[in-house]
Amino acid sequence: MPEPISRETVAKVARLARLDLTEAEVDRMTTQLAGMLDHFRDVDALDLSKVEPMNQPIPLTNVLRDDVEQPSLDREEVLGNAPAAQDGRFRVPPIIGFEE
Amino acid sequence: MIRRTVVDIATQVAAGSLSAAKVLEENLAAIDAREKEIHAFNVVTADRARERAAQIDADVKAGKKVGRLAGVTIALKDNMCTRGVETTCSSKILAGWKPPYDATVVRRLADEGAVFVGKTNLDEFAMGSSTENSAFGPTRNPLDTSRVPGGSSGGSAAAVAAGFSAASFGSDTGGSIRQPAALCGLVGVKPTYGVVSRLGLVAFGSSLDQIGPFATTVADAALLMEVIAGHDPLDSTSLPQPAPQLLNVLPQGVKGLRIGRVVDLPEGSSPDVMARLDAAFDSLRTAGATVVDVKLPSMSFGLTAYYLVAPAEASSNLARFDGVRYGLRVDAKDLNAMYGATRAAGFGDEVKRRIMLGTYALSAGYYDAYYGKALKVRRLIADDFAKAYEKCDAILTPTSPTVAFKFGDKTSNPLAMYLCDVFTIPTNLAGHAAMSVPFGSGEADLPVGVQVLAPALGEATMFRVAAELERAS
Repeated sequence: MPEPISRETVAKVARLARLDLTEAEVDRMTTQLAGMLDHFRDVDALDLSKVEPMNQPIPLTNVLRDDVEQPSLDREEVLGNAPAAQDGRFRVPPIIGFEE
Repeated sequence: MIRRTVVDIATQVAAGSLSAAKVLEENLAAIDAREKEIHAFNVVTADRARERAAQIDADVKAGKKVGRLAGVTIALKDNMCTRGVETTCSSKILAGWKPPYDATVVRRLADEGAVFVGKTNLDEFAMGSSTENSAFGPTRNPLDTSRVPGGSSGGSAAAVAAGFSAASFGSDTGGSIRQPAALCGLVGVKPTYGVVSRLGLVAFGSSLDQIGPFATTVADAALLMEVIAGHDPLDSTSLPQPAPQLLNVLPQGVKGLRIGRVVDLPEGSSPDVMARLDAAFDSLRTAGATVVDVKLPSMSFGLTAYYLVAPAEASSNLARFDGVRYGLRVDAKDLNAMYGATRAAGFGDEVKRRIMLGTYALSAGYYDAYYGKALKVRRLIADDFAKAYEKCDAILTPTSPTVAFKFGDKTSNPLAMYLCDVFTIPTNLAGHAAMSVPFGSGEADLPVGVQVLAPALGEATMFRVAAELERAS
């Protein structure tokens, strides 16, 4: 079992999750996540060495529908929900080349 | 308040002896009288519903064939897509979003003549057990407004309990239909994974989520299941088979069925709940069933496994809420800053906590220790059930360890809240069927629900047991 979760790890995970947490949130999250992960130590009592992980409840493979032509979503309706759209596309802030 | 069952409404409206408009107006009157106090809905779609009811009445008058749910009023949890009607998941991040398509379940209900009265409140993104996590404020339990209705489908449960609609739909990832059904005195069904299409259900835990009905009777729940179940080519996890036939099994009784009693049931249930469970076993025995002892040693580890598997899946599913295609955007200098600011402003505390836990459990260096282990525990639970079902046809447990609790009782301690789902979670992990049936009352004269568990695709047996419990209660 890894070491208890640190404040630095919580801050790193927040970056991975694209969540801007306040300093106070990072503090609170560190305590709460540590509590939950500690609870998970219960399972150390189990011998899991020969157990196959269960990724999905019902084993189905490649259930494919027939390739029948059908209308897709209405473009205007979809773009009408976007925070910003232009020329029939979603508009986003700069991705690269932004100078600090 | 006038109580009508789904079966009665559908039969009488189709026969022309009751108008869909009258049924709807009764529900709208109940909404006018109590919705301010209860807050079951995020939106009431009265105008659309009136148009729809008028259309059904016109069809009946013109002698046209109407569907199996003609005039039946239905409330939908606000995490199911309804074309052109705001769908928010009770989150600020989706406020104002009008889906460009209907969920398969919504479409099937509409095709059979259902009348939708509105979208119901939930714990944000279905994460919670009390509906206290909604960004739009809590829902109150119509049976005692100082108490929670349960969650996460608390609005859907409250809507039916308050007579705002004849039935409603929720989603169940770890107990979010069954627990509020128990706390509000209703029948609530979590179908076998893959029996009901998830298309248009905003995903929380994709390997766990199922849509199911809330109703006041077992027969109503059976009819609603027959309508929504069955293969959907647009959901790749949908089982390739037709809907189960359930209405015709209800009169069969339980003679000859073997009902499992879990001898190593996780502790912590209140005595009033356990007394009702004992009474339920007695009733089934009197009706000709055999009660057999079974063991589910991994059941108590279900909660632990679930609180890694579900957040892990959620952290991945909720990545789509990024301020690009729908909902809230907080403007910032570049794309990454916009993502971080939008998600910080749009998600509530519980959702942030689960995204963080899930992201951590899936991140490099921790995957094997947490997520990988949780998946193995999931397998142990499924194996335990498989062994138990060699000895019995269905299992009875409490649905919730207690009757409806008071507001604020569990909000300061996430783990205490998570314990509400100790009996319901294992079903989702195994992918099996389960339902809650009201069976008398406990503390403060509040309803107690008994949970009927059945193996995958055991819906027919499960409904036979549920019908017997209803007859005996």
